[in-house]
Amino acid sequence: MTEIQIPSSIRNLEQVQSVRTPIRMEYTFTPGVAAQTYLREFGNKKILGNVSPVDGAILVPPRGADPRYGVLCDEFVEMPHTGHVGSFCVTNVPIPGRELELPYISAWIFLDGADIGFLNLVAECPPEECRIGMRVEAVWKPDDEIGMTAENILYWRPTGEPDLPFDEAGVRGWHVRKHGDSDA
Amino acid sequence: MAAGGELAAVIGVGMTKFSATRGDVSMPGLVREAAERALKDAGMVWGDIDAVVMGKAPDFFEGVMMPEIFLGEALGAVGKPMLRVHTAGSVGGSTALVAASLVHSGVHDRVLTVAWEKQSESNAMWALSLKQPFQVSINAGAGGYFSPIIRQYMEATQAPELIGCMVAFKDRQHALLNPYAHLHQPDLTFDQVVESPMLWEPIRYSETCPSSDGAAAMVIVNETEAEKSDNPAWIHAGAMRSEANNFPGRDEVNPQASRECAADLWNQAGISNPREEIDAVEMYVPFSWYEPMWLESLGFCERGDGWKLVESGATHINGGDLPVNCSGGVLSSNPIGASGMIRFAEAALQVRGMAGEHQVEGARKAMGHAYGGGAQYFAMWVVGKDKPTT
Repeated sequence: MTEIQIPSSIRNLEQVQSVRTPIRMEYTFTPGVAAQTYLREFGNKKILGNVSPVDGAILVPPRGADPRYGVLCDEFVEMPHTGHVGSFCVTNVPIPGRELELPYISAWIFLDGADIGFLNLVAECPPEECRIGMRVEAVWKPDDEIGMTAENILYWRPTGEPDLPFDEAGVRGWHVRKHGDSDA
Repeated sequence: MAAGGELAAVIGVGMTKFSATRGDVSMPGLVREAAERALKDAGMVWGDIDAVVMGKAPDFFEGVMMPEIFLGEALGAVGKPMLRVHTAGSVGGSTALVAASLVHSGVHDRVLTVAWEKQSESNAMWALSLKQPFQVSINAGAGGYFSPIIRQYMEATQAPELIGCMVAFKDRQHALLNPYAHLHQPDLTFDQVVESPMLWEPIRYSETCPSSDGAAAMVIVNETEAEKSDNPAWIHAGAMRSEANNFPGRDEVNPQASRECAADLWNQAGISNPREEIDAVEMYVPFSWYEPMWLESLGFCERGDGWKLVESGATHINGGDLPVNCSGGVLSSNPIGASGMIRFAEAALQVRGMAGEHQVEGARKAMGHAYGGGAQYFAMWVVGKDKPTT
């Protein structure tokens, strides 16, 4: 191997270990029929879900397909703006690219009548008082700030109504409804 | 064997030292280090290898797209068949299974398999929190995803709050017996684990895995080649399963894909009582509570009893009858893409009697386990000191 001669002017400098080279890419994203339909109505302060053609399961937000069967879901249903916490995390770690006061509560929100949940922020609730099964409602942005974005709901806050029991909260609710009363 | 065909065995294992920053080697240097050690252990040279199977976590971690091409030369794969495997965090396990399948099928006789990650040249936390178009960005890394699942396990089982700390403390003690482990914390006390700050409550700082650089490699060969080795680890069973990460009624704590993968595995291996018949387990536990959760899911105990095994000390190398993660586990070393293969390789080392200070005495059958994504991709194998009879 050739001996490398380092010029005396830089001989005492610290060696470069790594170089950060931020890059940027701009692209046009087409969300598809289901997400587009959802976002348009979300801009009118309406929350849509998809109905599974297989067993009527309600999927919010709509993805256009039932992940269990791979079947097309083209039926939409309007959802209430209330639900419950399926489970949650009290987070002391900042999210890259988003400024939130720590700690914050990220929770799986199950809307009333929905059979899957989505992750969202819970606020107006001290972390130690958040519970699995706690009932919540949406807090929307002011009307003049509402647009075709996923961020129209600022956060979810407790309604003060009685909690759902653990065995009916979150993903467990599906099994209760399925094997329980006839309106499943 | 459900995989069918030829018997296969591990005759070479190689790992790098795991650490936060392997600044002394490039990515090619890192994978080559592990691969050379595996070849040396197997008593082979590069020319003996028929094909190479490589795995790592998603490309956007390091920002190197299709690194298998970039690393082909370092892995001696020029002019040879090379495969890349992608299954998120479980990839190290599935990569080993793909390599084994090339031997089981009779396509190749001697396959080199390597899995790696260089977290110091990436930002996994950022990569796992990428904002998706038209979705709310609320999830801070993997801990933010797994914390709500762990919370449901804790509430469903009413397990004592400090079970997770017991697992974390045990794995850090085990790591002291493994010179390759990233975290060596001889002065760590149980109280320090308990008092470490909550990051993603209920997950404490000390209950999470570190970010590591590292690679693991294995040489997997057919029966004829394995007979030449004085201590092969015979592959008794291998299984993979996956499921979607959000669907109505999904059991997030004990996923169907996990249960069915384990059932297939035990069936292939002819094992009816895993607790009795498995001598050492290398399980993918990046957050402490996953040890009791997987103990249940994998059938080592009844549902709801995993935490009791932890509490009883059953999973500790000293005195436990089912030692789990004697290497220190993912909680002590986490080069993400390699983490699954380290589990599989450590299982092989145990049945070959080559695990050094963290050897489980007399281990004849060991399990390697990996999971990935939103606890939705699973890869498992059973290796044995004895040639499989089933």
